[in-house]
Amino acid sequence: MTPLDAKRPLQLNAQGQLQHFLSLDGLPRELLTEILDTADSFLEVGGRAVKKVPLLRGKTICNVFFENSTRTRTTFELAAQRLSADVITLNVSTSSASKGETLLDTLRNLEAMAADMFVVRHGDSGAAHFIAEHVCPNVAIINGGDGRHAHPTQGMLDMLTIRRHKGSFENLSVAIVGDILHSRVARSNMLALKALGCPDIRVIAPKTLLPIGIEQYGVTVYTDMATGLKDVDVVIMLRLQRERMAGGLLPSEGEFYRLFGLTTARLAGAKPDAIVMHPGPINRGVEIESAVADGPQSVILNQVTYGIAVRMAVLSMAMSGQTAQRQFEQEQAQ
Amino acid sequence: MSLPNPAELISQMAIRLKAHLEHRAISEPRFIGIRTGGVWVAQALLEEMGSDSPLGTLDVSFYRDDFSQNGLHPQVRPSALPFEIEGQHLVLIDDVLMSGRTIRAALNELFDYGRPASVTLVCLLDLDAGELPISPDVVGATLSLSAQQRVKLSGPTPLELELQDLAL
Amino acid sequence: MKLSILGARVIDPASGLDQVTDLHLNAGKIIAIGAAPAGFGAVESIDAKGLVAAPGLVDLNVALREPGYSRKGNINSETQAAAAGGVTSLCCPPNTKPVLDTSAVTELILDRAREAGNCKVFPIGALSKGLDGEQLAELIALRDAGCVAFSNGLDNFRSTRTLCRALEYAATFDLTVIFHSQDRDLAEGGLAHEGAVASFLGLPGIPETAETVALARDLLLVEQSGVRAHFSQLTSARGVALIAQAQARGLPVTADVALYQLILTDEALIDFSSLYHVQPPLRTKADRDGLRAAVKSGVVSAISSHHQPHERDAKLAPFGATEPGISSVELLLPLAMTLVEDGLLDLPTLLARLSAGPAEALRLPAGKLAVGSPADLVLFDLGSSTVAGEHWLSKGENCPFIGHSLPATVRYTFMDGRISYQA
Repeated sequence: MTPLDAKRPLQLNAQGQLQHFLSLDGLPRELLTEILDTADSFLEVGGRAVKKVPLLRGKTICNVFFENSTRTRTTFELAAQRLSADVITLNVSTSSASKGETLLDTLRNLEAMAADMFVVRHGDSGAAHFIAEHVCPNVAIINGGDGRHAHPTQGMLDMLTIRRHKGSFENLSVAIVGDILHSRVARSNMLALKALGCPDIRVIAPKTLLPIGIEQYGVTVYTDMATGLKDVDVVIMLRLQRERMAGGLLPSEGEFYRLFGLTTARLAGAKPDAIVMHPGPINRGVEIESAVADGPQSVILNQVTYGIAVRMAVLSMAMSGQTAQRQFEQEQAQ
Repeated sequence: MSLPNPAELISQMAIRLKAHLEHRAISEPRFIGIRTGGVWVAQALLEEMGSDSPLGTLDVSFYRDDFSQNGLHPQVRPSALPFEIEGQHLVLIDDVLMSGRTIRAALNELFDYGRPASVTLVCLLDLDAGELPISPDVVGATLSLSAQQRVKLSGPTPLELELQDLAL
Repeated sequence: MKLSILGARVIDPASGLDQVTDLHLNAGKIIAIGAAPAGFGAVESIDAKGLVAAPGLVDLNVALREPGYSRKGNINSETQAAAAGGVTSLCCPPNTKPVLDTSAVTELILDRAREAGNCKVFPIGALSKGLDGEQLAELIALRDAGCVAFSNGLDNFRSTRTLCRALEYAATFDLTVIFHSQDRDLAEGGLAHEGAVASFLGLPGIPETAETVALARDLLLVEQSGVRAHFSQLTSARGVALIAQAQARGLPVTADVALYQLILTDEALIDFSSLYHVQPPLRTKADRDGLRAAVKSGVVSAISSHHQPHERDAKLAPFGATEPGISSVELLLPLAMTLVEDGLLDLPTLLARLSAGPAEALRLPAGKLAVGSPADLVLFDLGSSTVAGEHWLSKGENCPFIGHSLPATVRYTFMDGRISYQA
């Protein structure tokens, strides 16, 4: 017996355009490329005297963050402001959630304030799906990170970074290093690289930080930096949370750095023009040596700039897809 | 109804544009084509005028006023202006002037790069269907079409005009 | 009241009976199978041609939610739902509020169940006070009040030594202990089977070893203490293999599975639908195959609904914030018939796992059609399908099968010769 609720992907409208942005799972290569192309155009806007376009004038975007974040929240805010949308940001972790208000009620209240779009970050995997499906079907939902599941805008900004530095994905070797198990960034990156045709995706981590069944992403697993980094074009380092030392996942930060830290010497095994990426915030001396983080091969700060452009692209495309879907439904009704 | 030959229009436009710029005493105009048809017309016009000035290209997708109805253009590309806008005399070139809304969007976008000294509007065709107080300084030809008719320019070489009937 | 049920295909797995015949009921009992006794003079008769008559189903785990969780369900609503699923006897787990660890709660449940009159209810008492896994509940007082077995549910004992003593105490008085074997540490924080699907969705996993490690330990403790044991809600192929090994070496343990575990796998989670959030979790196709084989061979002798009704809000949250469980007792018979429809079991075997099997596992006075036994039976129609959810009696609508067409319709359920459900 198959579940009855198998259906058209939630995040696409009837014409196959984005109407939510929940995960990269199931998005065709053409759509990912369209996001990157649109982001390229917004990147140009960022270089102007007035870094703002009137595209989303009159629209209201709510950033609802159930988990703390500085970088993601501010880049989403900037992206929305540069699209001329009205933006409000709520850190729910410190307000209503502690008063016992449910996620459902929090969002319905915001919906009643005529928000057109929610950017949601939440600690539970699947939270963005839940909101798109059950809470606010007519509001575009952008996933700003849900549990360990997905961080699709980070995934796309990483892809934009790679494309702008390497041109394309066809002949690249990309290594993702560190805590894959708990990383929504790693999951989104693996999906995006696969969809965009990257032929050699590697993950480097100890067994305790690798999810079971990681082969399903079409990646090769390495447990050793020297072999894993050999001749790669791109190194994506992941953040290691302090709490991983508890519960026996790792003995210590020191031992992790000894085995998996990205040092100048280790980076020398990659291609000479390899770029180094990190979603931030970085733990110097835990995941990465300062000389590498600040070195010529590091594109970590470019990632932040590209992040704004990618988020502008995703916000405008999803708003556009919602509009198209509503029109489509009206036409169907007539 | 027969449509004019774009090549002939371009050569007439080149003469008129030169005269216009002389009259205004503009010695160093900056040329900007609106994607996509306007860029083709601009390229043909620059060639006709024997000018080797750099051509800026403008994509107005982010400035359109119909986003709420029609959404984002799926093939938006970066605008590329290889010169300063601030204090410059601009020549803005488009293929077909209809409602005037594209030109409004283009002007808005240009002003986000800086404050130009002047903007001259050049169009291959004016369909005499303006919805805004915008009219070209130099125009190849003015046509009056019925409500169902549209003109489409194909290019870049050769430039060809085609009449489309929406009723069909 | 005298009643004759005429011309049904009567299947009694306990005795091996499977033939078209008549059943005659009087004063709540079956008084004859076949020809009516001389001078019977039935007041009423039901023409049951084309229907199957089987023992009323025995469900070893139906959460009634009363006392304490009336927003999720109550004894009347959930026993009504059970009757609609063909159930005449059910066991309710001790996770009520207050916990079913005193004779007062036991009596309250039994009183309410009698008042409702939809089903015979056999409470399962808490093995430890408050299910805290530290201090033994008063097992004998609970037995005397009507508890048929004792369980700590998924809440582990804090100390294996305490558990061991609890088993020895229960063994002293020939009490049955029901295990839901899942290691607390290995399962901690888990939301789904630890495998490819959970990894993809970023849901914390519960490894198969959470079940097998606990099960292996529990089986050894059962062997040492000699307690009568039933293992409930098995989920993995390796888990049922451990049961099979124990049975093969002569350990008299029995086991049940949740019906939904025989139908669904963890692939159902792919859209994050909280309807599929259950504990212990849905596992892989290979596990489902292993469970099905164990049900067929009899290693697992009971199929239960593991009915857990919830209010809407309990499921309206991101997956990890929802409460686990599926409400499905009222579909027990038609849903189980999908196993016959799919060729996995023959009809008499299925009925055995739904009646005689569970009744024997907990020594319940139920689950058979015999002259002199209580007239608890279900009449169902294999020629008619049920659209799940068209009429819904349970307070919990948290059922992923709603909307599906299922291959049988319950026409009548009789409890003590009285109609407890009629379509």
